[in-house]
Order: sequence, then C-alpha cells, then structure tokens
Amino acid sequence: MNTQTETLESTKQGTKVKKMLFILSKATIENVYAAFVMANGARMEGIDSEIFFTFFGLEAIQKKKLEHLHTATVGNPAMHIPTMLGGLPGMEAFATKMMKKEMEKLDMPTVTEFLEILSDSGCKLWGCKLAVDMFHLKEEDLIDDLDGILTIGDFYNRADSENTQILFI
Amino acid sequence: MKKLIANREIEVNEEGYLVDFQQWDKEICECIADECNVVMSEKHWEVVEYLQDKHKSEEPLSIRGIKRSGVINIKEFYNLFPGGPLKVSTKIAGIPKPKSCI
Repeated sequence: MNTQTETLESTKQGTKVKKMLFILSKATIENVYAAFVMANGARMEGIDSEIFFTFFGLEAIQKKKLEHLHTATVGNPAMHIPTMLGGLPGMEAFATKMMKKEMEKLDMPTVTEFLEILSDSGCKLWGCKLAVDMFHLKEEDLIDDLDGILTIGDFYNRADSENTQILFI
Repeated sequence: MKKLIANREIEVNEEGYLVDFQQWDKEICECIADECNVVMSEKHWEVVEYLQDKHKSEEPLSIRGIKRSGVINIKEFYNLFPGGPLKVSTKIAGIPKPKSCI
C-alpha cells in the first residue's frame, strides 16, 4: 500500500508541466488570443512558455498587421449565421468589432499590449524562418520584442527538457 | 483549516491563502513570504500595499493592471515574486488568489 502511495506521489511530482511551447499558425483573433492567454497563463503559474509564429500566425507579429486581425465569419459554424450571409461585405468587420467590444469588457489587452506583457513576462517569441522567407518579410516588418527567427529544428531543440508540451494552434 | 504561522493559529484555505484579512499583519506577511522563498524589500511592501488597496476597492487584479499600476513593471514583478507573481504576491498580501485568466 505504502509503495503504491509513493509511486502515485512521484508520478504526480514527475508530470507537472514545466514548459509550454505554442506553435501559432493562424491569424484569426480567437486563435491568436487563445495562444496569448495560454502562454501568459503559463507564465503566471510559474511555467515557462514560448510561442513560434508560423504561416498566417506571423500576422500577429507584423507591426503593420497585428492590430487589424479579424475573426472569420465564413466557414465558422459557431457564428450561427448562414455562410452566404457571412460573406457579405462588412460582415467580418462587424463580427470583429463585436468581438473586440466583448473582449474589452473582460479587460483583455490589445494585441500590441499583450505582446508587451508576454515579452516582459519572459515568454519567448519566435518567428518561423520558412514562413518569414515565404512571405518575403524583413526583420523591420516584425515587432521589436521578437526574440529571433528559428527553423522548426531550432524550435524542437528548445523542447529538449523534461515535462515540456508542444501545442499547435 | 487552521495553520500555525508566526506561532499563531491562522485560518487559511487549502492553498494556504488567508481566509480572514483581519488576521494579516507584517509578521504573518513575512512568514508567508519566507515560505514562498521571498525576502521582503521596500519594493515588495509597496506591491503588497497596492494589491491590498485594489482588493479593498474590489477591483479585480490582473497582469494588465500591474502593468498600468505605476508601482511596478511586469519584469520587476516577475523578479520579485518568482514562481507565478500574482499567485505568490496575493498570498503574501493576505488576500484571495485572483480568479482571472489574464
């Protein structure tokens, strides 16, 4: 019985997450905020966290684009509006405005402010080399708080410690 | 549940947060800080005071609030209270753990 309890205790000790790595590949508001809230939440719990921005996720760290992220009204069944209506001009802007209003009520930071909070909290922010090359982006297009541009291999190397989780968003 | 802090019986919840703020004083504060591996400095006291003020006026605590507090910046906050700054600092301040996700 004793050994069982001990084993249970050691398992409990051994599985506590110590580092969370996020791969953000999308630029819709809900996906970007999901990554930000989780990465920040990890830091607030004393867990290390890092975000790797790839493909459309790169929009969230492009100076000119990061404050103009949208929510998708087409192909998003949770919107509960007919797909054809979602495609009408102005629908996406309207939905985005509504969403931002609700988020403001919850005291959610803007993308710019959230990135500052993350960086100050010690969350590492990385750009994906392949995607940066593909979209012909230069360093000056990306936020100043960026910690660097990595290949996916470099990023995996950062997961080389116990109790690390990688999450693709 | 009761916990012996600074040789006094203090009412705390299962995570060790004070249940009754009336029981909080500087001695209790330093003992909890010690348990959290924090040595109180002048800046720590300033933050504790800020948190208690916010709690008194029933304003929710968040990391964004800390950023705008004018008392401390986020980097310093993480340095002063390692291992989850808001979680640790509120415990030391004798107020409930914030429920917010941000």
